[in-house]
Amino acid sequence: MTATIPVVHHQRAAIDRKQAVAGIFVMLGLVDIFVFGFLADKGDAVFTFTLNGAAVSVPNLSLPPGPVSEGLGALSIVLGLLYAGLKLAKLSRRLVATGVTLAFIVSFLCWCDAGRIPLPFVSLMQTTMLASIPLVLGALSGCLCERSGVINIAIEGQLLLGAFAGAVIASAFGSIWLGLVTGSLAGGLLGALLAVFAIRYLVDQIILGVVLNVFASGLTGYLYDQALVPYENRLNSPPTFNSIKIPVLGDIPIIGPILFDSTIFLYITYAAVALVHIGLFKTRWGLRVRAVGEHPTAADTVGIRVLFTRYRNVILGGLVAGIGGASLTIGSVGSFGKDISSGQGYIALAAMIFGRWTPLGATGAALLFGFSVALANVLGTIGCPIPSDFLLMLPYVATIIAVAGFVGRSQAPKADGQPYVKS
Amino acid sequence: MSENPTGPGGNGPAHTADPVQEPSGVEDLPDGTGQEAAKAAQPNVASSLLNAVLEGNSAVVTFLAIVTAIVIGGLLIAFSSPTVLHAWSHLFSAPGAAFSQAWDVAASAFSAMFEGAIFNPHTVAAAFHGGSIAAIFNPLSETAVNATPLILSGLAVALAFRAGLFNIGATGQFIGGAFIAGWIGFAVHMPMILHVVVAVIGGFVGGSITGGFVGYMKARTGAHEVIVTIMLNYVMEFLLLFLLGLAVFRAPGLPNPVSPPVASNATLPHLAGANLRINAGFLVALAAAVAVTWLLNRTTVGFELRTVGANPNAARAAGMSPERTWVVVMLICGGLAGLAGASVILGTDFALTPQIYGTYGIDAITVALLGRAKPGGVVLAALLYGSLNAGGVTMQGLTQIPVDITTVIQALIVLFVAAPPLVREIFRLRPRRAGEEGQLLAKGWSS
Repeated sequence: MTATIPVVHHQRAAIDRKQAVAGIFVMLGLVDIFVFGFLADKGDAVFTFTLNGAAVSVPNLSLPPGPVSEGLGALSIVLGLLYAGLKLAKLSRRLVATGVTLAFIVSFLCWCDAGRIPLPFVSLMQTTMLASIPLVLGALSGCLCERSGVINIAIEGQLLLGAFAGAVIASAFGSIWLGLVTGSLAGGLLGALLAVFAIRYLVDQIILGVVLNVFASGLTGYLYDQALVPYENRLNSPPTFNSIKIPVLGDIPIIGPILFDSTIFLYITYAAVALVHIGLFKTRWGLRVRAVGEHPTAADTVGIRVLFTRYRNVILGGLVAGIGGASLTIGSVGSFGKDISSGQGYIALAAMIFGRWTPLGATGAALLFGFSVALANVLGTIGCPIPSDFLLMLPYVATIIAVAGFVGRSQAPKADGQPYVKS
Repeated sequence: MSENPTGPGGNGPAHTADPVQEPSGVEDLPDGTGQEAAKAAQPNVASSLLNAVLEGNSAVVTFLAIVTAIVIGGLLIAFSSPTVLHAWSHLFSAPGAAFSQAWDVAASAFSAMFEGAIFNPHTVAAAFHGGSIAAIFNPLSETAVNATPLILSGLAVALAFRAGLFNIGATGQFIGGAFIAGWIGFAVHMPMILHVVVAVIGGFVGGSITGGFVGYMKARTGAHEVIVTIMLNYVMEFLLLFLLGLAVFRAPGLPNPVSPPVASNATLPHLAGANLRINAGFLVALAAAVAVTWLLNRTTVGFELRTVGANPNAARAAGMSPERTWVVVMLICGGLAGLAGASVILGTDFALTPQIYGTYGIDAITVALLGRAKPGGVVLAALLYGSLNAGGVTMQGLTQIPVDITTVIQALIVLFVAAPPLVREIFRLRPRRAGEEGQLLAKGWSS
């Protein structure tokens, strides 16, 4: 009787959404032309591609901001109109979205850098990769959990515990590898807590995630003041990983220093992305996990152990996020500070949602968000008129727009967040 | 006059009769429909959440949860203290010392907490010897001051719960309220009383805008309120940081981004002399709790709100608009969290700082859960958390035990309150019948 009403509502919403997306594309194009194109300062935008001491030097790229932005803006508008007018396949829709985003980023960078200090592209991208590591690993943790039907808002807490344990153990035992393993285990421990409370005690998983984050923040904050401050030398001055340059690949200009000359964490991240993607979508294991997340009753009927699958995946997710947490301390900074994760777990959550609960999509979103963080750092140094606060805000605003427009109502796994009780 | 049923001021019997009847009908919904109906409603967000929060556990479980959390907190204090750890290394030569040390450290921590939150005997002795009498009441005043924003923001979360919405955005709404209230406080000149009233209303409006945006997004596009509120919190934090960087909102001559202090006309008046920090904000918070009770139980909006919370489809079938209700509820909830912001900026802090939002927004969730989403429960829970916060500060001052331990205890309390079966297992209580508690708790993103 009432079922027809929501259906009608959905259809209308779907049409609205397509037009809204097209509208956003056109608007971005207009911003490209009228803000970044017309209002650009005099002088070219210069991008440098060579780090000091690189074997091969790449010439700098010098772009006139006005024509470039206007051209890209016009392209975006055309793409937006095509998007609204044509019935595009999934792949083409994604290509259009990627194209418009890239056009926006390039014209924004041109506008920012016009007539100012050259923009060091390679170090910008290196910072992006570094900032993305915890985001990607956190988002993968989210994918692992939520694909099996358990909402994971506790990513923030997992990062924080991983960072804490990594720093303390690496410092106390002088072994950085032990720190890495312990960081991962600490994340897994919080994952196990999440699993027990969500699966055994059927606690609302959103509440649980929030409370576990508060718990992790309180616990690490307490132990930091109680033990790490007085015994800083013994407990909070861990070594950090050196970067490893991959032979041959690391010498490729531009790409080499960005992708193949970093700490072990970046390579772990590559492996994790590949493993989670292949695991979830190309193996029997992943099929079962997704079955549990979509329809646990059906999965149970064909003999899949629903609760076991959920326990395993949530703990696995915690282990992955714990590595991401460890990268915050022993990967770059070294010592632990209070609330060092500073909301990155929530950005990882946003990336997972933005990436529609898929490992590759989440990785893409995490890279985009990492880029906006890195850009916020760089723009301050080149004297860009945009306040860094707005760039730091970007991931969150993008996610709000995404859940309103791109990500529909039913993108999450069907049974995500609903406990399974055998009847 | 008494025949005007729609007038807001109409107190006639004709007006009150209907709303009183309606709520009692709805109150029966979750109970009366029984287990099968509850199971059928599993994908339904609101009813499951409501059941969880309202009926998930008894007072006994709540009490035991608090006790358990405090005991674990005590153990954590005892086994992380350097002196105790030192004593443990002599466990075999002097076994008693380790345990007595552990007990001493934990006991001194909690007694310091008690002195900071409720009553400190030394102040009485001091008062007899010419000390101030106000000092005796200082701990209680501090508890009330700490509880004030928690009551208001806790109500903001609790009211949303009743409508089936999960408002994690109290932080962002707090910022919206604090900013508008603070801005009115320092930038505008007005006569006494009027200024503070306008500033407090401004706080409500500021939070309302932030919260209403979330409700509008959910109603218009179906965006999940949990995601939107989490993201909006960070947007508001950075927006505050940006605004405080602008010359207009920044106190001149200071190196930090801090606003000028609010005018003395705009501050909430002290209730018990200038020596005690307790101020009219506490009364505003209590009044808000009464108003929310009234709204829930005695008005059409409250009736619709609870109906939508119990089952949006049924509400739609009955001719109500869940979308409209979501917007209205989030406007009110945002306003309540905004009042919390106003109570801090006009009552205790007096200037906007980038960290003004503290942890009120997150604590609000735990307060609302502990208070089982009922206004009276929220007030009690906020007083408990307020006393823990006030006591924690004193404890850190007296014993050097970091104040963060209170955060741990608060999180543990909620963890246990949210998992009644666990508390029952710990204390070997008779388990309830299956399905009666802690069963239909969770909801998904897509619902």
